[in-house]
Amino acid sequence: MADQKKLSLIAFSGDFDRLTAVFTLATGAAALGYEVNIFFTFWGLDAIKQKKGRSFVGNSFLTKIFGFLMGGLSSTPTSRFNFFGFGPKIFRFLMKKNNVATLEELVEAATALGVNLYACEMAMHVLGLKQSDFIHEVKDTLGVASFLEISDGGRTMFI
Amino acid sequence: MATHTLDITKEHCPMTFVKTKIKLAQIAEGDILEVILLEGEPLKNVPKSATEQGYNVLDVSHVEGNIYKVTIKK
Repeated sequence: MADQKKLSLIAFSGDFDRLTAVFTLATGAAALGYEVNIFFTFWGLDAIKQKKGRSFVGNSFLTKIFGFLMGGLSSTPTSRFNFFGFGPKIFRFLMKKNNVATLEELVEAATALGVNLYACEMAMHVLGLKQSDFIHEVKDTLGVASFLEISDGGRTMFI
Repeated sequence: MATHTLDITKEHCPMTFVKTKIKLAQIAEGDILEVILLEGEPLKNVPKSATEQGYNVLDVSHVEGNIYKVTIKK
């Protein structure tokens, strides 16, 4: 479809709340018929790691420590009220209680709706991550030039 | 031609129209989907998003209180 609307998101943050915003916009737009692309970079890469908890992913001593400290989707902190990791637990509880989709449900819906997930090649290189460290729905690893090409003609947001 | 029902009265944005879209993708061409939803955001957006994606919204009717039924043909 040549006239399909397009939304491209740059997921820079690895915060629980900001990632919730990323996946809410992505699933909502995809359900409304938009082509949706998410480009994960730096802390945002935590959201698409195969290992959802903390694990020593990386290719050197330093990147393995980083990998452990950064964690995966289920260990993302909130940008405020993190309370040493209790914040996300409280938010998940409140979201479930009020029947609002949790971050995990939104990620599942996004992949079911065919949202395109891309990983930033440069950030992966710095953090010692390979595409096989990510969930298999990640389509490709990209650089700036490819991202600009993919996002061309649509709206882009940086979160 | 089958008729399917989807209750999204307990859902919130964006899952209201996300669940509708997923259900519409699962049913067969020509099938009818009855979506039970609340007034406000879901009532405004579900018929609109279905129409935008080329589905046929046959009817929007009031069920009771703040509950409505949207009938969509795939």
